[in-house]
Amino acid sequence: MKKVVRVAAGQGFWGDDLDAPRRQVEGGPTDYLMLDYLAEVTMSILQKQYARDPQAGYARDFPQMIERGAKEIVQRGVKVVANAGGVNPETCGEAVAAALARAGYQGRMKIGVVTGDNILDRLDDLVARGIELRNMDTGEPLAAVRERVRSANAYLGAFPIAEALGQGAQIVVTGRCSDVALSLGPSIHEFGWKRDDWDQLAAGVVGGHVIECGAQATGGNCQVDWETMPDLAGIGYPILEAEPDGRFAITKHPGTGGRVTVPGVTEQLVYEIGDPRAYITPDVIADFTTIQLRQAGQDRVQFWGIEGRPATEFYKVSISYSAGFKAAGTMTYGWPDAYKKAKMADQILRTRLERLGLTFEAIHSEYVGANACHGDFLSGEPPPDLAEVTLRVGVRGSDPVAIERFTRELAPLALNGPPVVTYPSGGKPKVEEVVAYWPALIPKNEVSAAVTVWEA
Amino acid sequence: MPRVQLRQIAHARSGDKGDCANIGLIALRPEHYPALVEQVTAERVKEHMRELCRGRVERFELPNLQALNFLLYEALDGGGTVSLRTDAQGKTLSAALLRMEIEI
Repeated sequence: MKKVVRVAAGQGFWGDDLDAPRRQVEGGPTDYLMLDYLAEVTMSILQKQYARDPQAGYARDFPQMIERGAKEIVQRGVKVVANAGGVNPETCGEAVAAALARAGYQGRMKIGVVTGDNILDRLDDLVARGIELRNMDTGEPLAAVRERVRSANAYLGAFPIAEALGQGAQIVVTGRCSDVALSLGPSIHEFGWKRDDWDQLAAGVVGGHVIECGAQATGGNCQVDWETMPDLAGIGYPILEAEPDGRFAITKHPGTGGRVTVPGVTEQLVYEIGDPRAYITPDVIADFTTIQLRQAGQDRVQFWGIEGRPATEFYKVSISYSAGFKAAGTMTYGWPDAYKKAKMADQILRTRLERLGLTFEAIHSEYVGANACHGDFLSGEPPPDLAEVTLRVGVRGSDPVAIERFTRELAPLALNGPPVVTYPSGGKPKVEEVVAYWPALIPKNEVSAAVTVWEA
Repeated sequence: MPRVQLRQIAHARSGDKGDCANIGLIALRPEHYPALVEQVTAERVKEHMRELCRGRVERFELPNLQALNFLLYEALDGGGTVSLRTDAQGKTLSAALLRMEIEI
């Protein structure tokens, strides 16, 4: 058994630094490369692509990354775990095999694919059998939005990933699974952690939570000492050094930018958590109030003492559904009295929309440069000499025609409204479909993960 | 007792889960944590954030990290993909909380 397993995070979301995975593989010793591609919104986009083309529906960046990095991955023996499969993990796996072949590494690696998370085709059957998939926030049954559902996926845990690794897979592709499963799977595989090793599993969850958002753990988006943060342009992504008993360290490759410090890592620990005593994952409930950590050298934070409790009988399901349309546009007003001018423009625009008889579920005006982030009350009255203020107005509603009409009402303000004004080139704002989320629970025995491993 | 803005004694990070935002507030030095626990109550945070947060505020303590975690319900105009706000995912709410003043 390895004494330490090094899991390097190379992608905090789909759209993160394309070059980060390469730096993680080449920058120093790495056993596993972990890549998180799936945000909630990503699943509905991929489902839409899959509906148009059954060969699509996964993160195409991933096989491209494998092709570019094949030589280093093969020569260094790095294993890769990624949720790049989206709503079509099988085809993603085949695309990875094709990418390896193009790079000249046919027959050199095994690919593992985890499926079973996608329950879109089973929704009606589930509801018919009394599994109502009620909204966890509102309690409403799914029937309220059933006709508008776009995607439905259960968050699987880490054990299917460990199983694929156990069958010799060097690259593991999954669909929807908990983000932390991508780094917990390797530890389960390497250390033989059992399903009731609650404390070790909880430690793996905490380590995964720290690294899953990439450079947010290594000095990126960090409020402490941000002005003196070294070389953010070459920031090192986080590395989890896991040990068999559940202890672990967070570090980064030497010579990279950013910092690994207790304050920086703590910011990430409290990021997007609920009740810290019960961080619920498919595999374990981790208690964040048991986390102990200390600075253990430069760019190195050591963790210990983490406790976990038995997992629940449910998987969380993320269901996306179509919820109308929206658009937002901007006009920028210059000194003097920039804020006053922007306010007047907003009034003119709203009067125009009213006279046109357009109604919306919501209309929202912001003054970027004055109070857009924190609102009037906290930001206070803006100073009269602001260099410029950008009026940003958004509308949302069920009628795309009304939203489209709104997008044509902004530009006329340049000639019809207050002076010293400019607006973005590139035409009117775009009408976007709104995709909303429906969090629900499903009994675990209704979902079965399947693992397939084959020689690429 | 001197009044300070939270930004002088704490740092924070915020994010989203549906229409609920979370703000993790962390003492910069351990000796300031008791003042956070005593004065940065859920009620005060609700009052402070009332323009942005339409629902209730819930607070959790993490004494091991000298941190508090706040859940702000109905704080994101419907949630990340629905919201019309520039800050649809509540990323800057952390700093909004750091505007609050307390006594130390």
